[in-house]
Amino acid sequence: MAVAEQTERSGATAQSGTKTEAQAERTPAPWVPTVVAEDLHIVYRVYGGAKGRGSATAALNRIIRRKPGGGMREVHAVRGVSFTAYRGQAIGLIGSNGSGKSTLLKAVAGLLPAERGRVYTDGQPSLLGVNAAMMNDLTGERNVILGGLAMGMSREEVARRYQGIVDFSGINEKGDFITLPMRTYSSGMAARLRFSIAAAKNHDVLMIDEALATGDKKFQKRSEARIRELRKEAGTVFLVSHNNKSIRDTCERVLWLEKGELLLDGPTDEVLKEYEKFTSK
Amino acid sequence: MSETTHDSAVGVTPPPSPDDGLTSAELAAKYGLSVSGARPTLPEYVRQLWARRHFILAFSRAKLTAQYSQAKLGQLWQVATPLLNAAVYFLIFGIIMGGREGIPGGQNRYIPFLVTGVFVFTFTQTSVLNGVRAISSNLGLVRALHFPRASLPISISLQQLQQLLFSMIVLVVILLGFRELPGFSWLMIVPVLACQFVFNTGLALIMARLGSKTPDLAQLMPFITRTWLYASGVMFSLPYMLTKHNAPDWLVDVMQGNPATVYMDLMRYALIDEYGVSDMSPLAWPLAVFWAVVFGIGGFVFFWKAEERYGRG
Repeated sequence: MAVAEQTERSGATAQSGTKTEAQAERTPAPWVPTVVAEDLHIVYRVYGGAKGRGSATAALNRIIRRKPGGGMREVHAVRGVSFTAYRGQAIGLIGSNGSGKSTLLKAVAGLLPAERGRVYTDGQPSLLGVNAAMMNDLTGERNVILGGLAMGMSREEVARRYQGIVDFSGINEKGDFITLPMRTYSSGMAARLRFSIAAAKNHDVLMIDEALATGDKKFQKRSEARIRELRKEAGTVFLVSHNNKSIRDTCERVLWLEKGELLLDGPTDEVLKEYEKFTSK
Repeated sequence: MSETTHDSAVGVTPPPSPDDGLTSAELAAKYGLSVSGARPTLPEYVRQLWARRHFILAFSRAKLTAQYSQAKLGQLWQVATPLLNAAVYFLIFGIIMGGREGIPGGQNRYIPFLVTGVFVFTFTQTSVLNGVRAISSNLGLVRALHFPRASLPISISLQQLQQLLFSMIVLVVILLGFRELPGFSWLMIVPVLACQFVFNTGLALIMARLGSKTPDLAQLMPFITRTWLYASGVMFSLPYMLTKHNAPDWLVDVMQGNPATVYMDLMRYALIDEYGVSDMSPLAWPLAVFWAVVFGIGGFVFFWKAEERYGRG
């Protein structure tokens, strides 16, 4: 298996020589924390998911009796996670579906408010995700421009990078699709465009949420290369993936979340061994 | 294998260091880390918002064009919707209910009176109705990207301002049809619209915060705005109807001082020759500025106070 990986990743290994040199001249003090999470709890409040009857009389009854959370249900997605990430680390996040990985990243990025506990970060972390919602009734073109502006680019910068973003996404490879509304795109196309928009900017603390899983093989190669580029500039990288190989390739530390709790935090090989034991059960 | 593939200079667990005894907060302070997603100070927030001005503008324009993108007549609805609204009110209130009585300048001035009122009120009404959903309908965007959340309600009221400018084209045509010719008084449109825009934005900001916490408001608001519409004298002369039903003078003053009536009256005063100073509140101008300042600043601060919580939905 290791041999196969080596040959597949020949591009990456060729680069690693220059990278370690760059690392050596950077980081005079290697143990600088960039993300500190302290007993972090995240709670979603969901309306319309209430247990029991959803009838009007039931709702009235709840209001009259002043029961907390009438018509509303709380989902405790992350329960007391603490960790410290250091500059230069690439950290993988693993766990089964619905274990709170994406939620944790959103909280680190400051997009979801914490119920209890705190996250301290170095600068503004950025989240590259497939869930980065765009405006479906607008054309791809508008989405590129709006996404760029929302991320804080200037109009000139957006205009300059526009062609690059479109080319990278490959949306226009099969005809002029960028001028069609996003709702007409296939899910793969939409995901590619979203990733291309988000990846157009350089980031300090970078978090990647399953962005590699979308798109065809060609696009995956292209996005992996782009992520490697982004990693070179970023202090700390978080990667959510269900692909153990890509975790092994990119991360030296892994956090394993299950039911919102941090089950294991350690070197990639050790944690993945436990995780594989758990999943093969 | 991990040594060859992992291109990091550091390992996984840190060596013993003087940092070990520190709490998270002390550690964060030592290395200059900040709380993620914390609310910026008010001046900083204003600065961030100013930096995103192009986003706000582009967002409002995109939303405006997307609004009718699925309709066959497309952008024609920008103009047709307010016109049809005015036609319905004309039929019901003008012809059936006799709202044409007591209109300054006589019954033949009813259509300019009505259309101006409907367009100006719609500007405020839709800002409120869309403001309630500003956060909840864009939650995906809020949870995906960093930007000052006030961008959303502000771009909504900006979108309505652009919609109103379309309607104004129709209005001008109607006014010309009724021989209301352009004069210097038409220049008053600019300060009136500026005040109303600030007022609407403040209201949209307040509604956006309330709506993000209580989604039920989206159901409730149409009734409140409709009550407001009927109480503001959009399709009849407010002082005439009130005195006809022997309402006390103070009530007339209060009703005429409501922001929607103030902006409508000022716009009619600017556009219709027969509409005089005596037909509106004597304090119309100071009130127009007062409402804009109170709601503009109040709404902005109110919205900013919950900035870090909008992602929760």
